[in-house]
This record gives sequence, structure tokens and C-alpha cells, in this order.
Amino acid sequence: MRITQGTFSFLPDLTDEQISKQVEYCLNQGWAVSVEFTDDPHPRNTYWEMWGAPMFDLKDPAGIMQEVNACRKAYPNHYIKVNASDSTRGWETIRLSFIVNRPKHEPGFGLLRQEGEGRTVRYTVHSYATDKPEGERYSVDGAGPDDSR
Amino acid sequence: MAAAPKKTIKEGKERYKAGVIPYATMGYWEPNYVPKDTDIIALFRVTPQEGVDPEEAAAAVAGESSTATWTVVWTDRLTACELYRGKAYRVDPVPNQPNQYFAYIAYDLDLFEPGSIANLTASIIGNVFGFKAIKALRLEDMRIPVAYVKTFDGPPTGIVVERERLDKFGRPLLGATVKPKLGLSGKNYGRVVYEALKGGLDFTKDDENINSQPFMHWRDRYLYVMEGVNRASAATGEVKGSYLNVTAATMEDMYERAEFAKELGSVIIMIDLVIGFTAIQSMSKWARKNDMILHLHRAGYATYARQKNHGISFRVIAKWMRMAGVDHIHSGTVVGKLEGDPSMIKGFYDTLREPRLSASLENGLFFEQDWASLRKVMPVASGGIHAGQMHQLLHYLGEDVVLQFGGGTIGHPDGIQAGATANRVAVEAMILARNEGRDFLKEGPEILAEAARWCAPLRAALETWGDITFTYASTDTPDFVPTPMLV
Repeated sequence: MRITQGTFSFLPDLTDEQISKQVEYCLNQGWAVSVEFTDDPHPRNTYWEMWGAPMFDLKDPAGIMQEVNACRKAYPNHYIKVNASDSTRGWETIRLSFIVNRPKHEPGFGLLRQEGEGRTVRYTVHSYATDKPEGERYSVDGAGPDDSR
Repeated sequence: MAAAPKKTIKEGKERYKAGVIPYATMGYWEPNYVPKDTDIIALFRVTPQEGVDPEEAAAAVAGESSTATWTVVWTDRLTACELYRGKAYRVDPVPNQPNQYFAYIAYDLDLFEPGSIANLTASIIGNVFGFKAIKALRLEDMRIPVAYVKTFDGPPTGIVVERERLDKFGRPLLGATVKPKLGLSGKNYGRVVYEALKGGLDFTKDDENINSQPFMHWRDRYLYVMEGVNRASAATGEVKGSYLNVTAATMEDMYERAEFAKELGSVIIMIDLVIGFTAIQSMSKWARKNDMILHLHRAGYATYARQKNHGISFRVIAKWMRMAGVDHIHSGTVVGKLEGDPSMIKGFYDTLREPRLSASLENGLFFEQDWASLRKVMPVASGGIHAGQMHQLLHYLGEDVVLQFGGGTIGHPDGIQAGATANRVAVEAMILARNEGRDFLKEGPEILAEAARWCAPLRAALETWGDITFTYASTDTPDFVPTPMLV
């Protein structure tokens, strides 16, 4: 499967040139760009690991691309996203967030159902990747043991 | 009714002699009045009856929407009646509309109960619209002072928090209303939800008249819908939602339905405008308490909002609903099948989304309005829109909007998932192009065609609907057009 979180997941993976243009757009809006990564892509995993603090003072897309690439080098088989934070009063939140790196194999999620009274069901979205400990969830060559799934 | 008086009589024996005197004479017309910062101001479009002059007509509206009755009553003298009187202070002819006038009326804050839309509207629109001295009347706009705004909780979630909860940023959200709107069984209904959400939409939606009918009772609908929502969430790794309509005959029924939606883990519920202002405020409080996004379908609004000479402008309804506290409200599409002049719609969208409004006559905004950090309402564009209009939708409506493609998803030749994918690819491609600095309005068709080259569902959507437009003249249009600038 392909996880479709983020603003551009329905498009083919963005090239570095395309990513750089989006970063430039964010910087032109006065937003602070940051890079985050995770191996737990559950839709409600709000806190991905921060690749350093948001780059409040970095105004050059090339500098930010260096950080993106450094993060990719360190975590080639993790999900990595670029976020842009707007500090304007009334927003003070993320304004753009898109995935720039993903594992070669994405095992996806199962849906666990706990049946209750009156036909009600309690649902749990379960990430197959998190069946393994942190750091061991995606193999380096990308061919996960759960490829057969 | 008599002609406008030369002089207002406010005090003493002469004023309170039993009998009938013109409203203007009674003190409801005060051309020298300077509204206080804490006054509520209402702007009415007044069409007086033959022989009634505009000042008297405005004074009559001010009187009947505040303290007056048809005759003099001595009991006024037991009160600080001067303060409680609504004051018509300005009357302007409407451009190019003979015998129509814009009447400005100021009301003291103490005329209103804090935090109550029911009370505000009972005063401002309670009696006056049936008044004989007036042929027609329309409430065009209101200035709500910060002092009164602050007595309302506003949207329980708001645009910022909704996006954070859904983890969706930087693009319009996408939805679809399940069709056919009536007749599907619960199981069939949930199928549409699953297909549309898995295909790429963020939300699906009950229609306004889907409540609990013989073909599908509400519990059955909720159970199947939530199965579809959760399946789609697992299939995509995204947070998904479906507006479960809790509209019902009584508050007790609505609370019961909302509680069940919560129990099943829904992120959003829905109500119809026809449930009434008090019920809307009650559901808003419930939504705030239960971390639920509250979607409002403006069912019924066009009965009074569309015609220009009589009724209430939608921009006033939009203001009231931001105060009453809803998170989503249908506000027009510009390009779709339903009424919507572009400059009017801009006024509605600004009213819902901006922290502060400047007066802008070409957008129908007569007053400055400071929302004092009241949360932003997400406008919803729904009705006859399709992927081929994505550039226009983004241009007119911006990115903080829910675009609802009902027919434009479910009617796709290759199925519902394909329809949803077409819409999602179209919106992402358009945002990407906009952010890259392309002139997306002009190059829109080209941007879509580029994406359609690798995306078959978008290609099929464009082939099916590419040139469908709804071009009819709008009825609710601005009265002021900007003076052309010389270059």
C-alpha cells in the first residue's frame, strides 16, 4: 500500500527540484520549515521525531534541501516529511506538510474490531510495522519480511 | 403615516400624550446619532409603502425592532427609554433601485441577552418583517461589537484545530455527499462511504434530509458508515470522517444520536439549519464538550436569503453561525449548480474565515467587523462541482474550504474510488502548481491535462464533465461595483 498522508501523496513522488520549489513557497510566506521522520506512520501518530528544530532563520531552500538529504541519508527507509509552520496570529500552526521519503515497502495497517453490545464495534487501526521494535521496522534493502502480506 | 417630522419630540407631556405619533417623531430617527463602539448596528434594505418617506420607514423598523409599539405608552417614562430605543441614524438610497433605501440602525448592547442568537434575532428580525408600512425589508448586514462577540463561544473546533486533528494541511479538504440521497439501505450506504474515502476523499456526508427513515434507520446508518470510515482509514493511513447527520425531531433525539456517533469514534457530526438557532447553539456546546467537529448544512436558507428585496442576506446568517458556533457551513461554490455571485461569495467566505473584516461594498460587507479571536469556520462548497473546475475553485474559494463532489465522485464512469482519486489528484496537482508560482487560473486546464496523462481516473473525469458549466445570472448580487481604475 501507499500511505497517503501529507499534501502531495496522490502525486508521483516529488523530485528534489519540486520539493525545493515547495520549500521556496513556504519561505516566501514567512513560514519556518522543519523536517521530521518516523517508522510509525499511524494516522494518529502526531509526534514524528524532529530532525533538529524548525529552521526559523534559514531562508535559503538549498540549505533546507541539505537537511532533507542529510535526514534521508541517516534514515533512508523511514517516512520523512517537510512541514512549514506559520506563526501569524490566528494560525500559529502547520500550513503545509508533505512526505519526501518513504520506505520501499509499506506494509500498511490492519483494522482490529472489538465487537460490543448492540452491534457496536470498537475499531483500532493497527500498523503492521510497529509489530517490531523501533529501528527494526523497515529493513535497509526495503524488502520487509512482511512482503508476503 | 405622516411625512418625516422636522423635529423629534423626546421628552415631556407632548411626547407622551395618548395617541399615535410618527415613529420618527417618537425619537427612533436620530440623524445626528454617532453609534457607540458597543452598539449593535443593523443595516436594512427598506422598501417603504407609497407615501411613507424613507426616514419614517427606517424609524418604524428601529422602533418595532426595539421598544416601540403602535401607540404612545406612558410606561416608557418608567424606564431609561432613550437608551433602549433603536436609533435609525442614516438612510441612503440604494444605487439603481428606485424606492429602496439602506437604513442604518444602532441598538444599545443592553437590549440583548449575552450569548443568545435566539434573543438577538427575536429583536432584529422578530416583528418588523411583517410591518404594514413597509412593502419589503431585507437585513443586509450587521456590525457585532466585540463586547457582544465575546459573549459567544464560537466554533467548537475551527479551521486550525480541525486541520491539526485531521493532520491535513495546505490544500482544500475533499468530500462527497452520499447519493442517491434517499433510499439506500445502511449496508449499501456504507459501501459508498468506504469507496469514496478509500479513493482519496477526506470526508463523506449525509444529506440534509437523511435522518431516520423507513429505508434506513439512523443507528444502522451510523454503524455501517463507521465501518466504512475505519476501513478506509486503515487502507490509506489517513484520518477520515463522515458527517453523521443528527438532525431529529427533538433535542433528546439529537443528543442520543450524537452520543452514539461519539461512542463509535466519529470525528464529526452534522446538523441542519432548520433545527433552529437554539438547537444549533445546544449542539455546539455538546460538540465543544465532546471534541466533535460540527458540520452545518444550511437547509432552508435560500427561502429567505436569495431575493434581494426581502429576507436576510446569507452574510448575516454566516455571522450568526460563527457566533452560534459551527465548524463547517455551506457557503456557495461560484461555479456550481447553486446560486452564487463571485463577489458576494467572497464576502461570505471572508466573514467566516478572516479574523477581522474591513468594509467592502463590492463584496456586500457594509461594516468593519472584529471577530476578536472567535475561531474560523470552514466554508463548504457543494453542488454541481467537478474536478475540471479545480483551478477556478481554488481561485475563488482558496485552500481553507471543503470541496464537496457528490455527483462528481459517485457518477464517475469507472466507479466511486476512481471518482475520488480524480478529485484528489486534481486538487494536489493544482496546489503544487500554485505553490510553484504558476498562473494556475489561466493554466488550470493544462495543469489538469498534465496530471491526467498519468492518472486515468482524472482523464476519465475530464472527458465526462470537462466542459460542464452552470451559467445562469445570479439574483443575489452586489449593489455597488468598484469604480474602474485608470491605468
